[in-house]
Amino acid sequence: MSKETPLWEVFIRPRNGLSHKHCGSLHAADAELALQAARDVYTRRGEGTSIWVVPSSAITASDPSQKDENFEPTASKIYRHPTFYDIPEDVGHM
Amino acid sequence: MYSQGLIGANTATEEDEAFLAAFQARIDAEEKIEPNDAMPEGYRRTLIRQIGQHAHSEIVGMLPEGNWITRAPSLKRKAALLAKVQDEGGHGLYLYSAAETLGVSRDQMTEELLSGKAKYSSIFNYPTLTWADIGAIGWLVDGAAIMNQIPLCRCSFGPYARAMIRVCKEESFHQRQGYEIMMTLMRGTDEQKEMAQDALNRWWWPSLMMFGPHDSDSQHGDQSMKWKIKRFSNDELRQKFVDATVPQGEFIGLTFPDPDLKWNPDKNDGKGGYDFGKIDWDEFWHVVKGNGPMNRDRIAARRKAWEDGAWVRDAALAHAEKRKARAEAAKIAAE
Repeated sequence: MSKETPLWEVFIRPRNGLSHKHCGSLHAADAELALQAARDVYTRRGEGTSIWVVPSSAITASDPSQKDENFEPTASKIYRHPTFYDIPEDVGHM
Repeated sequence: MYSQGLIGANTATEEDEAFLAAFQARIDAEEKIEPNDAMPEGYRRTLIRQIGQHAHSEIVGMLPEGNWITRAPSLKRKAALLAKVQDEGGHGLYLYSAAETLGVSRDQMTEELLSGKAKYSSIFNYPTLTWADIGAIGWLVDGAAIMNQIPLCRCSFGPYARAMIRVCKEESFHQRQGYEIMMTLMRGTDEQKEMAQDALNRWWWPSLMMFGPHDSDSQHGDQSMKWKIKRFSNDELRQKFVDATVPQGEFIGLTFPDPDLKWNPDKNDGKGGYDFGKIDWDEFWHVVKGNGPMNRDRIAARRKAWEDGAWVRDAALAHAEKRKARAEAAKIAAE
């Protein structure tokens, strides 16, 4: 059997003003074919105004088993949030 | 239809109690499981099987309808059917990509379909003899698929649930276009009415079989429900389908080919529902085991498409490699 066609991740921007969002993946021989396939597979009903395709092999992902070490500290550092600081009401909205 | 993907599924798993309990707690808390998360092997295996077979069903499902694209009765019907068949192809691709996140390759899934190792929904092993069959498929087969797929949008595995949300959004047009074909025929000549009735007669029972065996004969339902891969049992979904579909058929003057079909006001906890006759499970297993009217034809068509397309895939890869090599050579020359 022939070689497997490479895998690409597809990101679509639904409309201007929003960021590109991952929507799935597909197989294509090169970037140009990947863009064409992404248009056919993921935007048949006006889902997008812009497409990015990225070779799946180019993505480095964080390890889910290190989720706690990676992301927990953001919850414990409450001084990073504005509500941590008491400001007298007389000062008004800040 | 895709509960059929669980037939013969092996949910056995060998992880220790603590691991399984922690996993179950995440499921019970309605947390979505994502591809890189730790998961029991049985969960992974069951999903690869179900999503793969669901994808195969979408792809093989293009064949019975594709049969009528060139013979659609008007340009409007042809455009709609083309769009529908293209959607089915797209659904297959979303699903293959969801299955691939679990570590199975596309080629491996294709290989399993072509060798007959992987199954697809039994419904696509019936022939489309007349134009009315296109109406019956959209109305009944896509209708049954929607019943099955809506709860799958809440499946515990994130990529599958997300793919199903896209699929369900698109599927509603399929069912409406099918019902409209049936309605148009039922408002036509006697011959057209007969054609619509004949299509219902042939597709009704196979549509009920799409939901898979009775709960009492479905071995792996329990574990799949516990893992929230499945949310409703085969019989619950089948009943919902019958209750929703019978009034639609009667509205346009169709008669269901079941003498035991009748309204029962006590059913569904007093909300009422339809009693219906016995399903011919011998026929179902006959088709699932590969002996339906079109099984051989469908696989032969898929195999031909795969083999005839091989040179295109090879040429595209060779072209991509050549361009890459040239670009690199040009870069070195410029340095």
